[in-house]
Amino acid sequence: MEPLFELATHSGTVYPNETVFPWTVLIVVYPYITGLVAGAFTVSSMYHVFGMQRFKPVAKFALLTALCFMIFVPMPLLLHLGHPERALNAVLTPHWTSAMAAFGYFAGFYVILLVLEVWFMFRPYFVRLAQQGTGLVRTLCRVLCLDSYDLSDKAMSYDDKWIFALAVIGIPGAHGLHGYVGFLFGSLKSREWWSSDLMPVVFLFSAVISGVALLIVLYVLSCRLRRVAVDLGCLKGLAYVLWGFMMFTLVLEGLEFANIVYKAREGIETIMEYVKGPLVVPFFIVQFAIGAVTPIVVISYLIWRGTTGKALIAGVTASAVLVLISVMMMRWNVVIGGQEISKTGQGLLNYHMLIFHREGLLTAAAVVGAPLVLLALLVRLLPPWGEDATPAPST
Amino acid sequence: MKESKTSLVARREFLSKLGRAAACAGAAVSAGAVGVVQNVAAKSGSAESAGSFPTSNYDWTKHRWGFGVDATKCIGCLRCVEACKRENAVPGDAHHFRTWVERYVYLEGEDRPHIDSQHDAVNIKASGSEKEYRFANQYKDAKVEKAFFVPKLCNHCTHPACVQVCPTGATYRTEDGVVLIDHKYCIGCQYCVQACPYGARFFNHEKQVSDKCTWCYHRITKGLQPACVEVCPVGARIFGDLDDRRSPISQFVRNNRVRVLKPETGNAPNVFYLGLDKDVV
Repeated sequence: MEPLFELATHSGTVYPNETVFPWTVLIVVYPYITGLVAGAFTVSSMYHVFGMQRFKPVAKFALLTALCFMIFVPMPLLLHLGHPERALNAVLTPHWTSAMAAFGYFAGFYVILLVLEVWFMFRPYFVRLAQQGTGLVRTLCRVLCLDSYDLSDKAMSYDDKWIFALAVIGIPGAHGLHGYVGFLFGSLKSREWWSSDLMPVVFLFSAVISGVALLIVLYVLSCRLRRVAVDLGCLKGLAYVLWGFMMFTLVLEGLEFANIVYKAREGIETIMEYVKGPLVVPFFIVQFAIGAVTPIVVISYLIWRGTTGKALIAGVTASAVLVLISVMMMRWNVVIGGQEISKTGQGLLNYHMLIFHREGLLTAAAVVGAPLVLLALLVRLLPPWGEDATPAPST
Repeated sequence: MKESKTSLVARREFLSKLGRAAACAGAAVSAGAVGVVQNVAAKSGSAESAGSFPTSNYDWTKHRWGFGVDATKCIGCLRCVEACKRENAVPGDAHHFRTWVERYVYLEGEDRPHIDSQHDAVNIKASGSEKEYRFANQYKDAKVEKAFFVPKLCNHCTHPACVQVCPTGATYRTEDGVVLIDHKYCIGCQYCVQACPYGARFFNHEKQVSDKCTWCYHRITKGLQPACVEVCPVGARIFGDLDDRRSPISQFVRNNRVRVLKPETGNAPNVFYLGLDKDVV
């Protein structure tokens, strides 16, 4: 039987109430999956808005990925709340001075946007099944078609306009949602580790790299499972995007860190003690060296040597996995790190993650894994690959 | 002329009816959703009319409560901590406190103080239980240059960061200057716990909501003193109405050079301290 709450050990001076961490590993997972949504949507928009043809093979898949993860974004929050049954209070009587009050509206709006875009994109597919399918599938697709089976050029061009418009709105939507998550932390003046104007931007750029990295891994994996060749042009494009955004992310994170150290406000001795001690492994080794520098070096090498074929696939996929780990560690180092530095500025705390607790490791792992399970189901229902999902030629 | 006046009146009446209908519809929608209207009214109306406070004749517009701490008087007996825990049914362990006391000890030849509080392991060992509070006599053989105690509690700030960040409005500042939490409306997100720079808030695991000092609102609205003030044997804790010039707190603030904790946060605390040192956290 594990205790009711995690108790943090401490050194130095901490306020008595700080020995229980308010935000646990679930709040690490929350910005992580929100970020994956923003990143996946970015890739989808590169094709649908900016017309980058090389991303066509993953454009629809990226959108489905964004949807699956977005559906689970509220899950870690609900599991974390003391009274999840009251969660709607924040939507029904939003207290607008709170940075958190708008979350329900933002998230709700964005889920609707994603559902709409997916619906428009797969409408030709629904129409075909409604006309050619049998049994339950046919009935379901007829409902989904809303009694309109028009696939004429005119109708398709109308749909395309909607897809374009939704993708355009979705860019500030997805990025706004994630920048907003960064603001939740960056706007708190009680913690020096969080209180930074750069926090929303750092969150945003790391979100993009995590989403792109996730798509790389899932795309390569799906090609394996479907036994089709990986589109190397697409993969290389994703690798370029990853490389470019990683540069931004690294510079921004470096600037943020430099700001804290250089401004050296009250409590900097404790922060430096934290940086040189407990932060060495999770930040400098895992997040920075393994998760950021290594992928950049590997991808740079692949690009420089013009590597192609299996070596390119292996190199880029391995780099993407490292980036996913790095961004997870970034979330950890922000959310948990911020709480490990006492508000007294003169003490450090040590978070002990529980395993089987409601807010423990297993729950967090389940929350991250659930969207992947949903995605595995969804791609069977709505195949985002090849010609199946593209408009049938009009007769 | 008469005709035009009548039509004007008619138009006004129509618009007024329309307005009322819209207001009713809006109220019905929100009330129908979760019955929150009653809740909101309880917060925005006067204390007396809302009937949500212990005394019916208490008028929260007639007071402005304030708290003083004279750190030069505190002897670290921790009766205040015990009284608070009992009075407010605060969870009986070393991790949930509505008030606590910090000890600052400067030893000869050292630049920085040794700081501890009743929750530290050495003091729990001295008391023998997390439910009893005592400062260990660990400095009896040391050369102490300077030592003092600092009682801490919620500062009931004029610009409370905790109220700012609450997504539902479950925590709010009353007309008489006390920051309270509606335990029946709090969703337990703990954003307020994060936002408080003083560590005054904690998560009540029994009730699954945020919790903190209320200046014993149930007592002060009956004309009593907060429990911690009541039991302090040396008068280190001072409480009263800042709008009353003769109240103990008004005199304390007027007759001393007081300061507040962490003024740079902009929260404008309403606990005024006397006798703090530069190293107080």
